[in-house]
Amino acid sequence: MKCENQMVLEFPSKSINESFARAAAACFAAQLDPTLDELGDIKTAVSEAVTNAIVHGYPDTIGTITLRCRILAGNVLDIVVRDKGRGIENVEQALQPMFTTGGAERSGMGFTIMESFMNELKVTSRPGRGTTVHMKRKIQKRGGQS
Amino acid sequence: MQITSFLQDKQLTIALSGEIDHHGAKATLRMVEEKIDQYMPTLCILDFRAVPFMDSSGIAVVIHTLRRMNELGGRLHLTKVPPQPEKVLRAAGIDRIVKLEGRELSHEM
Repeated sequence: MKCENQMVLEFPSKSINESFARAAAACFAAQLDPTLDELGDIKTAVSEAVTNAIVHGYPDTIGTITLRCRILAGNVLDIVVRDKGRGIENVEQALQPMFTTGGAERSGMGFTIMESFMNELKVTSRPGRGTTVHMKRKIQKRGGQS
Repeated sequence: MQITSFLQDKQLTIALSGEIDHHGAKATLRMVEEKIDQYMPTLCILDFRAVPFMDSSGIAVVIHTLRRMNELGGRLHLTKVPPQPEKVLRAAGIDRIVKLEGRELSHEM
């Protein structure tokens, strides 16, 4: 699919970067003229994916996380969050609601939220090699000024 | 994240302020729990009006607080939840186990 614009960010897996990553994705998405509701969905999904990379991809080390956002034809925002960390042994299990290997401050609802807030979610992972979360969200075209 | 609280007739209101994500969730959990253990309320109300954003870490904060209130034989309500946090809570089905009262209608972020 034709890519109309894109940005790529790389940052270390420090939890302080969660807010930076979701804000950056929201800023990039702003050119599609999303509603506050759509912007909130994008921020939430990016926050979940980046948090997963930090907590599960690099549990004991600081590694690199890549966030790539693209705008595809048809007002579609395409988001990829990639880490080169530990990977997920059983992706299907990880996608189940309430499943978590994290502590009390984790709910196990991250993938469920990403799934319900995005139009498409694809998770690929190789143990020891890393995890890639690929999401797409169509932004509704609005009337009025363009 | 900052919290302020006040107690009246065993009813503890805790106002959260700031975004809730994994980065600050642990500290938020601890602060809320400390307040509950200090005052032992029969009703705890988490006021979300100053929480413009939360991800699933906020769900963990609510579930953890609910568990603590259940242990004390008390109840938990959420009040003034803005649209984005409300959407996250509903996506997780939290509105079925915790009462959300006093809608926050402002869509400003």
